[in-house]
Amino acid sequence: MADRHLEPDTEELRARWSGFAWTKESAARAKQLIAHYPEGRQRSAVMGLLDLAQRQIGAETNTQGWLPIPVMEFVARELDMPIIRVVEVATFYTMYNIVPVGKFHVQVCGTTPCMLRGSDAIMDACKKRGMHKGHTSSDGLWTLTEVECMGNCASAPMVQINDDNYEDLTPERLDAVLDALAAGKAPKPGTQEPGRHTVEPLGGPTTLKAMVTSNFDYRKEW
Amino acid sequence: MPKVTVDGIELEVPQGATVLQACELAGKEIPRFCYHERLSIAGNCRMCLVEVAPGPPKPQASCALPASEGQVIKTDSEMVKKAREGVMEFLLINHPLDCPICDQGGECDLQDQSMAYGRGASRFHEAKRAVTEKYMGPLIKTTMTRCIQCTRCVRFSEEVAGVDEIGALYRGENMQITTYLEQAAKHELSANVIDLCPVGALTSGPYAFEARPWELKKTLSIDVSDALGSNIRLDSRGREVLRILPRFNDDVNEEWLSDKGRYMVDGLTRRRLDRPWIRRDGKLEAATWGEAFAAVAKINPGKSVAVIAGDLVDCETMFAAKTLAGALGSTLIEGRQTGLDYDCSNLAAVNFNSGLAGIEDADAVLVVGSHVRWEAAVLNPRLRKIAKRGGKVFLIGPEWETTYPATFLGTDLGVLNKLPKHVADAFAKAERPALIIGGAGLGKGALGACLAFADQFKLVRDGWNGFNALHFSAARMGGLMLGYAQKGGIADLVAAKPKMVISLGADEADYAKFAGSMIVYIGHHGDKGAHAADVVLPAAAFSEKPGTYVNTEGRVQLADKAVFAPGDAREDWTILRAMADALGVSVGFDSYDQLRAMMAAEVPALGREGLADYGALPKAAKGAKASGEIATYPIKDFYLTNAIARASATMQRCSEELLHGVSFAEAAE
Repeated sequence: MADRHLEPDTEELRARWSGFAWTKESAARAKQLIAHYPEGRQRSAVMGLLDLAQRQIGAETNTQGWLPIPVMEFVARELDMPIIRVVEVATFYTMYNIVPVGKFHVQVCGTTPCMLRGSDAIMDACKKRGMHKGHTSSDGLWTLTEVECMGNCASAPMVQINDDNYEDLTPERLDAVLDALAAGKAPKPGTQEPGRHTVEPLGGPTTLKAMVTSNFDYRKEW
Repeated sequence: MPKVTVDGIELEVPQGATVLQACELAGKEIPRFCYHERLSIAGNCRMCLVEVAPGPPKPQASCALPASEGQVIKTDSEMVKKAREGVMEFLLINHPLDCPICDQGGECDLQDQSMAYGRGASRFHEAKRAVTEKYMGPLIKTTMTRCIQCTRCVRFSEEVAGVDEIGALYRGENMQITTYLEQAAKHELSANVIDLCPVGALTSGPYAFEARPWELKKTLSIDVSDALGSNIRLDSRGREVLRILPRFNDDVNEEWLSDKGRYMVDGLTRRRLDRPWIRRDGKLEAATWGEAFAAVAKINPGKSVAVIAGDLVDCETMFAAKTLAGALGSTLIEGRQTGLDYDCSNLAAVNFNSGLAGIEDADAVLVVGSHVRWEAAVLNPRLRKIAKRGGKVFLIGPEWETTYPATFLGTDLGVLNKLPKHVADAFAKAERPALIIGGAGLGKGALGACLAFADQFKLVRDGWNGFNALHFSAARMGGLMLGYAQKGGIADLVAAKPKMVISLGADEADYAKFAGSMIVYIGHHGDKGAHAADVVLPAAAFSEKPGTYVNTEGRVQLADKAVFAPGDAREDWTILRAMADALGVSVGFDSYDQLRAMMAAEVPALGREGLADYGALPKAAKGAKASGEIATYPIKDFYLTNAIARASATMQRCSEELLHGVSFAEAAE
């Protein structure tokens, strides 16, 4: 995150993006997002609109999407708010990409629980496929980022790729997911452990066993 | 009124006070960086931690905690001491130890507070964070590695100036303060963030590496760049004023100062008149004082004398010149150089009656022909406060970028006679309606119609006077009090065809109209007035003489002398006294004290500091109507309105870069 920076505001960038406008669907969604907030508080919709713009750009460029400066200016105009306030929001939240990314934004969690469960191997597997931290691969398919805890510690290690989490990974399982994505298929999001549905304990519960089928009052055992 | 106990002292604090304010009322010093009285509460520096019971058993940020009944606050306990040491250690983790090369050194909050509350040594051995420099324009020098992210500058721009251009980008340790795309800060109060910055992240660009605060002599003075009379402090070393800083005065400038008032200081040493000059064969030649006075004596005007006062002169100079003209037998004195001729028979009609602080209470304001941001930059935040509170602001004149919601009613003054319904309704409903007539309005003769407006909407009512004239010349109100106003304005002087015109630093007057007169220019800069003069007598600038100034609300204020005038230049009153000898008349004063006493005897209000009383607002003349169109405002370039500013390299660069878009490429780094 330390190397997070805004894409420089160049003439080429302006030429490419200053004509940004909502598509018909986005315009309708934007109207809906703004309507969530009371009159006079429209600028609260800035996060939704930035996300919408990022997705629209993603669709246009066949990537996860990102937010060039002229597009932030567009959002500021839409909400009649100072541009610097929009830039503040966009640079604060890491889910807004402020530099161009690839089609799949692979975000590997490297925080303690994931690391203890083998996130280093996951990271190595990504690197073996030609990804570099903070860079987009030359085929424009992959962007690799290391991130902090995504809250999937019970099914660590995990990666987040665009809108989906893939958990309980091993290098092989990760390869399978990435291969499927590259082939244009949609691998199953969530845990990759066979037989596991979500984050339930593997091999059955070890505590609160009496609660599995019906409610049980443990208080009398105290 | 909650009762609290601070370190064993019981006291009652106002409703809504914070714990920090309660501690201050109890006389305890609470260290702080992000908290500032005039800005919203951020609570992000954590330096103001105190121990409060009842409450969680941990230190609490006193700036963001409301004081409530029965609180027991401790500011000297072991917990508080440890908390402060901890916060200070964290703040210093990423702060460079470059105090010896930092311009804030010696007046740095972080330096002082780490001496007072820090633990004295660091346990941090890792690499410190480094942040790239940000460009914020010609006035603000940035060293963002020093930033402790208090966000005072962000809050100032957003809340006080109303120009959202500084923001905090990224997050956590990587948070960086910057202007949008590193553009220059483009408003008239931008340099105030330098004073607000508690560390050396934002320092003064033009003053960089000039001096240390402890070498400077501090002199209390009054800003002459506009008519607000902002209270300032001149910091001088040797014979040079190195910088100007605002002083606190809630009634006048709060604690802000316009960029012009602050940075025209380098103009005080450039283009100065440091010796007398005499025009010989159409060309100005250097001369001695003796030759100059001989030249004045040769004019021998008798009573055919006129005096034009400039915008920067003090009351004493104007009074001395008036006395000299009187001794010669003339009453032709005028201060409104550009040809204004509004009626000055009752000064209450040309005074800012609400008061600069009082105007904040207004709930509907009509501004007639004033570009407030340029004519009175420090007043603009007060109008912004009105708009923020829900008051209505309407303006007549060409559109300019207000920093608050306001409605322009067009450029035609005729709208005053027949207001649109929503405006009339707003004023009819308002409890404290106010009107501000500015230079462009006075110039178009709208004063009568504005007085009619005052009658119509009862601007004067119980405890409230909403009729205001906003001048933008520091000498204006003092000049009017001294009678520097002819019925027909400066045209009366032209019509009299005087043999001698004494110009007191009048640089905006049209001297082509005085082609037949000998012009004696008493001023400090080689500006337009000196170019037109036949005899130039070098005088002192505002920093080089004591003086009395009256601001646009009629507040009489005294300024002190910081340094001596350069070269052969002398204080204005001594020049006028010597001229009296050269012309063979007696003016009745031989010392500055005598002059001041004479002035106070003639105009008693000038002898007393504080607001002058001009009496009741006159009734409007029957059938006063406004007509005409305000095509432009009198100030064309905010940064170059007076001789000192025009001589200042900083102001010239501001004008070119901020107003005319010339780009000054940064040297390659």
